[in-house]
Amino acid sequence: MTITEKILARESGAKLISPGDNIWVNAGILLTHDVCGPGTIGIFQREFGRDAKVFDREKIVILPDHYIYTDDEKAHRNVDTLRAFVREQGLPYFYDPGTSSYCGVCHVALPELGHVRPGETIFGTDSHTCTHGALGAFATGLGNTDAGFIMGAGKLLVKVPPTLRFVLDGQMPARLSAKDLILHIIGDISVNGATYCAMEFTGEAIAALSIEERCTICNMAVEAGAKNGIIAPDRKTLDYVNARTKKPFEPLTSDPGAPVQAEYRYDVSKLEPVVAKPHLPDNKALARDCRGVAVDQVYIGSCTGGKLEDFVMAARLLKGRKVSVRTLIVPATRQVEQGLLDTQIDGQSLRAIFEAAGVEPIAPPSCAACLGGPADTFGRTKGNEVVVSTTNRNFIGRMGSKDSQIYLASPYTAAASAITGHITDPRDV
Amino acid sequence: MPKETRIQGPVYVLEDNIDTDLLIPACYLNLVPTIPEEYRKLGSYALAGLPDTFPKFVANADGTTPYPIVIGGQNFGCGSSREHAPIALGAAGAKVVVAQSYARIFFRNSVATGEVYPLESQDRLCSEFKTGDLAEVDIPSGTVTRLSDGKVFPLKPIGAVAPVIAAGGMFAYARQIGMIKNAPSL
Repeated sequence: MTITEKILARESGAKLISPGDNIWVNAGILLTHDVCGPGTIGIFQREFGRDAKVFDREKIVILPDHYIYTDDEKAHRNVDTLRAFVREQGLPYFYDPGTSSYCGVCHVALPELGHVRPGETIFGTDSHTCTHGALGAFATGLGNTDAGFIMGAGKLLVKVPPTLRFVLDGQMPARLSAKDLILHIIGDISVNGATYCAMEFTGEAIAALSIEERCTICNMAVEAGAKNGIIAPDRKTLDYVNARTKKPFEPLTSDPGAPVQAEYRYDVSKLEPVVAKPHLPDNKALARDCRGVAVDQVYIGSCTGGKLEDFVMAARLLKGRKVSVRTLIVPATRQVEQGLLDTQIDGQSLRAIFEAAGVEPIAPPSCAACLGGPADTFGRTKGNEVVVSTTNRNFIGRMGSKDSQIYLASPYTAAASAITGHITDPRDV
Repeated sequence: MPKETRIQGPVYVLEDNIDTDLLIPACYLNLVPTIPEEYRKLGSYALAGLPDTFPKFVANADGTTPYPIVIGGQNFGCGSSREHAPIALGAAGAKVVVAQSYARIFFRNSVATGEVYPLESQDRLCSEFKTGDLAEVDIPSGTVTRLSDGKVFPLKPIGAVAPVIAAGGMFAYARQIGMIKNAPSL
């Protein structure tokens, strides 16, 4: 069996399962946030009763992150709803925006906090929950009703996905990043090329990637329609996880030669920096072929491209240079925000590098303009801006305005474009 | 779950890759679907993310839609896991979506909530219909009929989720098979 099948089999109590089977799977973690949490709670209370208790307090993690720095009254009401529920239920893992426990973007915080453990199942009310497969977990996104069901029952009916195996070999060229790899793959298989499937990433190029870069790859599996993205845990994974949690876990890996629905092979040494042009993540083009595109705004942030290493990549290019367009820096979490101060390149902190380059004042951690949000959201587009963004979606209206054009890119390409003012291959600066 | 299994009325025609930001833009995700007033409000914003070149979907004065049938192409509902998407369609008064294929989470949310029937057509109906055409979707017989000329288009079999759809959603199904207890008295 594949790693995905093995995890689902273990959590369903079955010895052997096959793609297409519908099985009841135990939830290891249920993740929710401020946008879907209140609706999930509403369904839980409606269906299980006003006095019902959640299935396991240790297994529910609530990380508000979407609409935090806004004056929108309903957004604040929604966080209050979470607070009241957490008090009522005595939930230990709530990261309250009003306090020092606030983290920021849930998909970057969840592994930082040690809630992601290899071999476990993670269900979350956010499509990018697939990020956590990067640590060898089965992780998938779902809606409020399924989440409300899990909140009470602790399990969910899951159709076992067939696996698509992506073997990435070869050495990463300079200024190519994990974001380029996943944009290449989505461009090749299309936005529904992996619908209902597990995308398993393997090969020496994956093994060489850091945990954060692996997260970038699994994060965008849903952009090809996948149910989950997954990378077998290795020494790097175990070191990362053991440094963050004392909870026991049992990693699983695919059997050698486990049958898969299809296999795709890449030699990453031959790949070049790419962007996804408006308005779909599979609209791939080489960055160097988009030189004629003038840029109004560069956005570096989100669960895809707002991790510490994303900012290290951007800072490498911005050091000693000036941006020529409005450049927005949104660290995903408090930990990343602190990392901007603590991490240095040649004696200069990332934060100092960005400030010297002339970026906009660095925003506090949250999802911010990645998904538009309330009218006063930081970085939200208002007109026909052309944006180069390290985020995950470039749908019409995604960052606010229906008229703006979003090009998805790596942190290197975003930083290079910020310097020149047009889409730029990062090898050219 | 919508009660009718035969739905007749004008169709609203979309294309491939209708994403959840088109179905319900993120600025409306501050609305909580389990609050009745906000549920209705979500309906009034259904498909508010479409470019202005499309006809208005929510065209009735009371914030509902005159189109009970929505027709799409491939990969309908791609993107976010926001359950607000099928809820907005259902709250606006749409009963059924007929598309060639669905993004996984949207399909699942439609089934789990019972807000709209997510049906799959064998043909590319978004090339066969234009917005405003009258159609009848007959779920038991698995057909879509274009009423102007009586042409009949087959639907794909519903498959493994049929029992969940028939039960009326995830909770009703789980109660039916004894996975969870009966509904609480509120």
